Formats: sequence, structure tokens, C-alpha cells
Amino acid sequence: MSGDNDNVGRRFDRLPATAAERTVDGRATREEVVDYFETRFAIPAETFDEYTFWEKGSGKIWVYAGEAPSPLEIEAIGMTCLRTRQEHWKPTTDAVQRFGTHADRCVIELDREEAARFVAGEDQELEWDGDWGYLIAAHEVAGAVEPLGVGLYVHGEFRSMVPKGRQRDLER
Amino acid sequence: MEPLERYRPIIDDFEAFLEACQRPLGNAVRVNTIKASADRAVATLEEEGVGFERADWNPNVIRLETDSPGSTWSSFHGFTHGQEEVSVVPPVVLDPQPGERVWDACAAPGGKATQLAALMDDRGTVVANDSNLGRLSALRFNAERLGATALAVTNQDARNYSLKPFDFDAFDRSLVDAPCSCEGTIRKNPDTLDGWTEEHMHSVAGVQKGILRRAIQATREGGTIVYSTCTFAPEENEAVVNHVLETEDCRVREFDLALEHSPGVTEWDGEAYDESLERAARIYPHQNDTGGFFVAKLEVGA
Ligand SMILES: C[S@@+](CC[C@H](N)C(=O)[O-])C[C@H]1O[C@@H](n2cnc3c(N)ncnc32)[C@H](O)[C@@H]1O
Repeated sequence: MSGDNDNVGRRFDRLPATAAERTVDGRATREEVVDYFETRFAIPAETFDEYTFWEKGSGKIWVYAGEAPSPLEIEAIGMTCLRTRQEHWKPTTDAVQRFGTHADRCVIELDREEAARFVAGEDQELEWDGDWGYLIAAHEVAGAVEPLGVGLYVHGEFRSMVPKGRQRDLER
Repeated sequence: MEPLERYRPIIDDFEAFLEACQRPLGNAVRVNTIKASADRAVATLEEEGVGFERADWNPNVIRLETDSPGSTWSSFHGFTHGQEEVSVVPPVVLDPQPGERVWDACAAPGGKATQLAALMDDRGTVVANDSNLGRLSALRFNAERLGATALAVTNQDARNYSLKPFDFDAFDRSLVDAPCSCEGTIRKNPDTLDGWTEEHMHSVAGVQKGILRRAIQATREGGTIVYSTCTFAPEENEAVVNHVLETEDCRVREFDLALEHSPGVTEWDGEAYDESLERAARIYPHQNDTGGFFVAKLEVGA
């Protein structure tokens, strides 16, 4: 049966504020999403005060600044920011570039050479004594630290998660 | 070049115009202020050793001295976006404000839609529409790379656009950056005139009228519309605006433009257009060493 409360693949549904308002099993709540960014990356919850979060398909979360009713059947709103249906949630490269400047935890700072490898999609051995899992890769650009994207850190290796279409060969 | 001969009567210094049309165009980028200030973008380019020159008419336009503007750190971070210099003009003329509802009727691949979002500090709603789904995927890619969160993307024929997906029934401002015969892009695509026919031009003009008409209907009383094309043909420019002046409740507004340009024409091929079309701007390649563009600003209602 496919009723109103199912997760419909072609349509955007606004995330419920909290678990108490949840009508679709397994759907993340706004509270959990904001919490995730705050707990994992120390991105202050207020960063998202003016945004709404939406799900389209299973577990793909979008962040949006504009107005729209829910549910909504259009091509896209705002940008994809997070995948939630696996055990470990995974932020997107573009969301990390957009909001990662506010991050203060699980941010691995790369030098220019390492950053270029990361952007080219390469995996590399790196020292890191923080948490394992998804990290924000960042480097210094013109005097300030700038997020590059997401990588997965396990067993001393940092794997670039930059999607193929975003990878570039840049000056090292 | 031959199809351009017909514009000899309306273009001052026609030889300089023809000569400019044969010169290749450099690579310009627009600073994406959603992600970086112009100062930060410029500092990033300097740090990575990319040569550039800043445009004097707009602080966010930079002319790059590289053949691969997409392969810079600045571009990877979304600080800059490859966008032809004149193509930056229409959103500037539309002048959208943070929090407004703005429609980009023909938005793909999204250079102007993301610029609209940036001009609004990425606050408000920019409905980016295009009838071509393939081109919309390029728009979505660009929007995400540039971090534009105020965009809502729709796939409709703009001529009979429905606002049904949304809770509001009119936009504050609309941009119609219409499909056109693209004569003004000849410096980028030298073969753009190869398939030129008068028939095609008239059929495109029909689509343009349909889209502009719908944009006027979908914009609130007192709201602003910008109509733009990258072509020289008055049939696709002044004639299209003249058509909606006759059929819809709207008028042509004056605007400031710091780039050298010529006024819109009020007579062409035996037809006369409304005098107010002089307020439109024709930007020719030889005037600022750019591509060509036409821009008209309209206001809905009296
Ligand atoms: C000049 S391009 C737009 C460029 C875009 N504004 C930008 O800055 O990146 C014109 C666009 O109009 C679209 N188009 C053509 N006919 C249309 C229609 N009837 N409704 C909506 N879009 C249409 C084309 O697919 C094309 O992407």
C-alpha cells in the first residue's frame, strides 16, 4: 500500500521538526539533522535557523532557504546536504563547502599538495588523531581556512569523497 | 558574417562592429558572493598565480588570462563562476532584493539564476525554470557548486507556466533570458550564424512573445521584469517587447548601465515600435570588447 505517509520518490517532503511529529518511519527529523552537524562538526545550530530541510527519495536530505509548501513535486529545492539512510550519515561535498566554514570539529587541515590530491579524488595516508569516519577536508586559501569537501578517514587513510564531476586537477 | 549585414543601418561604426565579431572572446568570471567577497576571490586568484583584470563597471566581474577558467582553486571553491561579461547585466538590471520571490523563466544552465540568488544574499525564493530537462541538470550542478540554497527548480514550458506547486500566486520580479538566435555569441561560437534563416528567427520570436507575456501575467502589479537576449535582431528584441506593450498592462522603464551601449531601436524593416523602446539597451561587441546583448526593463501595471 502506498498512502500519504510513505516516502514518495519523486516528491519533496519537509522534515518533521521532532520525532513526535514523524509520520514516515525512518525519516530523519530537523532536530536530528541540526544535531548531527552540531555534534559531529560543531557547526552551531543557529546556522540553520533560516533554512528548512527536505527529503526526496529515501534518505537524501536537501537544505533550502526559500518558500515552498510540503509536499512539493518539482525538480529540486536548494541543495542536497546529507545522506541519512546508512548507519553513518554522510554530508555532501557542496553542503560542506557552503556551511563548513562554521565547522570547528572533525575538520582535517591539508597542505596544498594534500588538498590537490584530495580534489583530484585520490586516497592518501595521513596522520589524524581525532574521530574516524567522515571528516571535513579544509585548507588555507588567501589567509583563511576554506572547506574543500568530505573524506572518509579509516586506518590511517583519508579517502576523498569528492564526486567524479567535481574532481579537478589543480596546481599543487 | 553575412547575416549581420542587415544591421548596418542601425549600428554606428559598423566596420568596428564586424571586426570585433571576428575576434575571439576572452574568459570572464563572476564572483559568487554567496561563497566569497570580490576581495577574497581576487586574493585567491593572485595566490594561485592566475593573471586577471577587473572590469571597471562591476566589482564582481573579472577577466581571466587563462584558457581553463574551470580549473582554478577559485572555481573549485565556487568563489567564481565562468560567465560572459555582458551576461552579468540582466540580473543587475532586475535588481532583486533579499526575501523576494523571483522567477527565472529560462534559467538553464543557471549563470543568471545563481547570480540572482547571490544578489539576494541567498535569501528568498528564486524559481529557476527551464523546459529542457538535460540543461536543468547542468543548472543543478552549478547551483550546488555555487551553494545557492534559495533556488527552487522547475521543468515547465514557460509560455503556460503554472504556479501551482507554490503557495504564492505572483512573483515580485521576473527574468526572461529568452532562447534566441544567439548572434551576439559569435565571438565564442564562430559557427553560430551558419544555420541562420529568417524563418527560424520568426519562430523563435513567437516563443519569446509567449514567454514574456506569461512573465508579465505572473508578476505582481508594480513588479519588475527584465527581458534579455544575446542577439541583435530587432524582431527578437524590440518587436517582442512592443508586442507585450500592446497586449499586456506594462511599460518600459529606464535604467542605468555603466557599460557603453546604444538605445533600443524604434524603427526596423518598415515597422515602428513604441518610443519608450529607446529606454532598452543594445550592447555591441565593439563597445566594451564583450559579446552582444539586448536588455529591456519593464514594470507591470501603470
Ligand atoms: C539563453 S538560454 C538561458 C541561459 C540562462 N538564463 C543562464 O544565464 O544560464 C535560453 C533557455 O531557454 C530555454 N527554453 C526554450 N524554450 C523555452 C520555453 N518555452 N520555456 C522555458 N524555457 C525555454 C532553453 O532550454 C534554454 O536553456
